[in-house]
Amino acid sequence: MSIALLIEQLLNGLQLGVMLFLMAAGLTLIFGVMGLINLAHGSLYMIGAFACAAVAAATGSFWIGLAASLVAAAAAGAIIEVTVIRRLYDRDHLDQVLATFALILIFSEGTRWLFGSFPLYLDIPSLLQGAVPLPGGGQYQLYRLAIIGVGVVVALGLYLLISRTRLGMRIRAGESDREMIAALGVDIRTLYTVVFALGAALAGLAGALVGALQSVQVGMGEPALILAFVVIVIGGIGSIKGALFGAILVGVVDTMGRFLLPKALALMMPAAQAGLIGAALASMLIYIVMALILAFRPSGLFAAQS
Amino acid sequence: MKKIIAAGIFGLSLAASSLAYAEPVKIGVITTLSGGGAGLGVDMRDAFTLAMKQSGNKDVELVVEDDAQKPEIAVQLAEKMIQSDKVDLLTGIIWSNLAMAVVPNAVAQDVIYLSPNAGPSALAGAKCNKNYFNVAYQNDNFHEAMGQYANKDYKKTFILAPNYPAGKDSLTGFKRYYKGELAGEVYTQVGQTDYAAEIAQIRDSGADSVFFFLPGGMGISFMKQYAQSGVNIPVMGPGFSFDQDILPAVGDAALGVKNSASWSKDLDNEANKAFVEAFQAEYKRLPSVYAAQSWDTANLILAALSKASVKDKDAFRAALKAADFKSVRGEFAFNTNNHPVQNIYVREVVKEGDVLTNKIVATAFEHHKDAYAEQCKM
Repeated sequence: MSIALLIEQLLNGLQLGVMLFLMAAGLTLIFGVMGLINLAHGSLYMIGAFACAAVAAATGSFWIGLAASLVAAAAAGAIIEVTVIRRLYDRDHLDQVLATFALILIFSEGTRWLFGSFPLYLDIPSLLQGAVPLPGGGQYQLYRLAIIGVGVVVALGLYLLISRTRLGMRIRAGESDREMIAALGVDIRTLYTVVFALGAALAGLAGALVGALQSVQVGMGEPALILAFVVIVIGGIGSIKGALFGAILVGVVDTMGRFLLPKALALMMPAAQAGLIGAALASMLIYIVMALILAFRPSGLFAAQS
Repeated sequence: MKKIIAAGIFGLSLAASSLAYAEPVKIGVITTLSGGGAGLGVDMRDAFTLAMKQSGNKDVELVVEDDAQKPEIAVQLAEKMIQSDKVDLLTGIIWSNLAMAVVPNAVAQDVIYLSPNAGPSALAGAKCNKNYFNVAYQNDNFHEAMGQYANKDYKKTFILAPNYPAGKDSLTGFKRYYKGELAGEVYTQVGQTDYAAEIAQIRDSGADSVFFFLPGGMGISFMKQYAQSGVNIPVMGPGFSFDQDILPAVGDAALGVKNSASWSKDLDNEANKAFVEAFQAEYKRLPSVYAAQSWDTANLILAALSKASVKDKDAFRAALKAADFKSVRGEFAFNTNNHPVQNIYVREVVKEGDVLTNKIVATAFEHHKDAYAEQCKM
């Protein structure tokens, strides 16, 4: 095992973490401000990927597709907030889960109806094709570095938005006391729609960025959604900072587990068996980490409300 | 008077002829039409219904249902089709885990099941059944062919598959024929979408080639990421990751990749030419290997129906086993365990105009039989 391999795997973990952060930030923001569990967040991720693939295929430009993914996901988010989600704020979490699960089914079959059952093609833009050299003699895919860069920019942007702007102040106020900020005359309905659309746009951005790496297909959002939930539970529900740390922790632990566990086991048993058992253990690893963290900090690492 | 007699005779003859043919046959098709794996099921269903339509056989009635790639739904559908629809035959399942959930139960109730795709090893060996016919392959077959072919050029292969029964069957099949050294053997998660960690290991392993089995969206993700990673080691795999349903989504990253399958669009026989032409004319896209296998399944059923009544199980099973139909795969016969004896080819991904497709470059096996037939006591 070389240093180059180790650096490459750490970057891989970081990149997975950044992608999860884009998903988890929206999810945790929506939960923090509106107290809503949104299972359809994965569908917004899928909408971003499909919008990017369809527009990129029509115009020939990934960048226009990327812009379209933000617009499409934010629009879809705003529409479902106004038509469906708004009716759920006062209900308990079971009703929210049922309604947003129904939205998953509607979006999945709607997407299939529009785009067909076969996966779509979305390629990395030519500007970001290929690999760059790493210290230690390795190589790393340029596009994945770019994703890490986007994650850093989004994290900074969210920090500035929430701590330095009027909108951010209202979001923080909404998190602390919803009734009071409405009583103070803030238009809470519009605020909710804006926050929901913002979260949706982040999910759509993640979908479009990842769509170029993976396959753009119906149902792509749900695996990402499950990991995003793990992230916000670890980070503390409602906390953006928690989402960032949780995402990077999950990304790095998952990647390093997949890489190191089979290798460690191979010292004790035949390689084929070590591969099987190591892979099985690695897929449990992030859930074990989550259980451990919850055992010691039941409300997550950076709980927003105490 | 004459006229009346003539009309009477005509009417009688009509009645007689309808007696000979109008025995309705109900076929239950359980396949995946929603969710991420729907592309495979849609190809299966489309080829099957097209074959039935072209045959002009009005007595066949299809009951098509979507299993959503979930074993529990497939089991419910099979029960419903057997108990309330009273189907004579069952077919359609794409995935091995669904087949394992449905087939043993169905064949135990004396319903004949014809597999157009999945071929888990258990059903080919100890758990084989006279009511179970696999028209596609035994799961190991394509991988065995790639192992055999790899011996020609490669000495140190890195192998990769998802951690589930078909994934293990795959690497077992590859290793059964591959004689070189393994640079690494990695099992990934089912449904995994990011392969950066595995690609980093491939880069570091000193392998001279990579063999992978990642069906559906997993293969698309792997190929796209691999092409961008800067690793230039040649890849190969079974035809599932390079077939017509996913090639457009992989794009040029797949060009030149060698893959194994029992069928290819350019196989030179009359039945295949007619099939590719009819499929393309009807659906405006090229057929996949799933469509080809399903087309063969439909034609096998039609051929058997013309020989024996589906109500006479023994005669109908014998008619199926004779496999007296024109397969798009050329020569086709059933082995003792009701699994195919067929050629397996090595194909290469090429570009025809703007369309990515496959052409045959070698024959890995002739009249290949699976490794489990001996364990089958039928």
